[in-house]
Amino acid sequence: MIELRVNGRVHRVDADPQTPLLYVLRDDLGLNAAKFGCGLGQCGACTVMADGEAIYSCITPVSAIGTRAIRTVEGLGTVDAPGPVQRAFMEHQAAQCGYCIPGMMMRAQALLERDPGASAAQIRQALQPNLCRCGTHMRILKAVARAAELMGRGGKT
Amino acid sequence: MRRRACSVRETLPHDGNTFRLRLALLAAAALTLAACSSSGPIDSTPPPRAPGPFDKALVLRGARLAAIGNCITCHTAPQGRAYAGGYAVHTPFGTVYGTNITPDPDTGIGRWSEAAFVRAMREGVDREGRHLYPAFPYEYFTRLSDDDLHALYAFVMTREPVNATPPANQIFVPRPAVALWKARYFKPERFQADPSRPAGWNRGAYLAESLAHCSACHTPRDALGAEKKDQYLAGGEVGAWHAPALDASSPSPIPWTAAALAAYLHTGLVDEHAMTAGPMRPVVMNLSQVPEEDRRAIAEYIVSIDTRAPREREARKQAALAHAPLRPAAGTDDRAVRNGAAIYAGACGDCHDRGRAAEGGALRLPLAIGLTIPTPRNLIHIVRDGIVPGVHDTRPWMPDFRGALTDGELADLLTYLRSLTDRPPWRDVDAEVKRASKGAG
Repeated sequence: MIELRVNGRVHRVDADPQTPLLYVLRDDLGLNAAKFGCGLGQCGACTVMADGEAIYSCITPVSAIGTRAIRTVEGLGTVDAPGPVQRAFMEHQAAQCGYCIPGMMMRAQALLERDPGASAAQIRQALQPNLCRCGTHMRILKAVARAAELMGRGGKT
Repeated sequence: MRRRACSVRETLPHDGNTFRLRLALLAAAALTLAACSSSGPIDSTPPPRAPGPFDKALVLRGARLAAIGNCITCHTAPQGRAYAGGYAVHTPFGTVYGTNITPDPDTGIGRWSEAAFVRAMREGVDREGRHLYPAFPYEYFTRLSDDDLHALYAFVMTREPVNATPPANQIFVPRPAVALWKARYFKPERFQADPSRPAGWNRGAYLAESLAHCSACHTPRDALGAEKKDQYLAGGEVGAWHAPALDASSPSPIPWTAAALAAYLHTGLVDEHAMTAGPMRPVVMNLSQVPEEDRRAIAEYIVSIDTRAPREREARKQAALAHAPLRPAAGTDDRAVRNGAAIYAGACGDCHDRGRAAEGGALRLPLAIGLTIPTPRNLIHIVRDGIVPGVHDTRPWMPDFRGALTDGELADLLTYLRSLTDRPPWRDVDAEVKRASKGAG
């Protein structure tokens, strides 16, 4: 059994230690925000946070997580009380098909927790590993800039 | 405007560091007076008017040469304007910032005559007569031909002038001491062709030993920063990276051929070799823009430095290929190796077990030079930071594992990977990983 801290809760899962964290999140814990895109760390759809850092959950074996705290979009807020990144993405209607969005949000969250004053250039730089095929990049960038404003105003989650 | 030739203008660091330094400075200053008396200022020249009196073909030739020299890398700040300076070159003696070499008259070299430019390149003295730190590789540029210097001058003087002053150097070697260093280690000289070698080889030797300054990184240096001449291209250090040996001690699992190396210098990615990473990436990016015959010539020359017999090289290649499928770590009682093998299987194997030929596949790792060089540093950087593609680079890339693996896990992974090679284990892997995560890398 492996103990896993996800979104503030401790889970015990029965998984092969080499199983990608993504599979455990989706299949064992029913947390379906993080997506399977390429499975090779090339697209960023699986991005979650581990102790505040954005990681590719598809290429991180669950055994490597240890006691680090995992955070997914489910941990950013709820339908009734969305977090600032979620609010900003809704405000700017940044999702088209939406498949890349959870990864975008988690990478944005990691950036803005580290640096709530991130510039437009820093936001672009940080999101560089995450791909979007629909072409909503401009809205995504605006949403992240808006989230920075919201978090700067004390909207921190 | 004329200035005093060798003014002692560099200040010592504020950390109170020390009597010894001050003594060194005094000694340096005294001896310097003699050493640099021949380097007076050169009169300024009116900035050339754009597009200037330079022939287009000459400027184009200069552009190709500047690419071979990798000039833009050290003379451009991250996200900065091209050639406007500000790039930090970290040396064991402090940090030197690349200067503004655009033709801006006030902050660049707009007032430099060609004679001043040529003197800087060949003698390491700026227009005003001050010694330049050898982070500017005049040790190598001194071998350049008149024609090539002429073309390079035409190229830099036709760049867009940018008014920008780079940050002040943070270096604890006072500038006059550079005169002593030069007196001991620096010899102004021109390239001498070897008539017993073919023309291509000589072209490659000329470019590699002058403009491309390969040995600046690939040759080890002594405590005073001078190349160990008897260990030419035997592997050196560049910032936080190791520049692998290119001579007969080359750790490349598959010995380079001239054709493979020429292709690598073009694309940074050839079969059965690791893709380019770290400080070599900008070098390849620049070399991708130069004529094919120049890349071939450099490759022909570099490969000739590896003097191993063809039979020996072939044997090493066959052994490496036979060895390329990973040996399972089962049966070992080394905890780090076992743990590292498990991490490899979970985090790396999906791509690296497939080999390059497969969709989404990556190099089979026993063929990666990062595993066989004397230090784990390069591999630490690559696993932690990934190999991020360039802007227009659509190839698969190495994702970063920063945050995905703890320091301890990374160390175990490196220990396992090293155990797959025919080299002795790296010492102090844990300490190296810790040092790198503290930002030393």
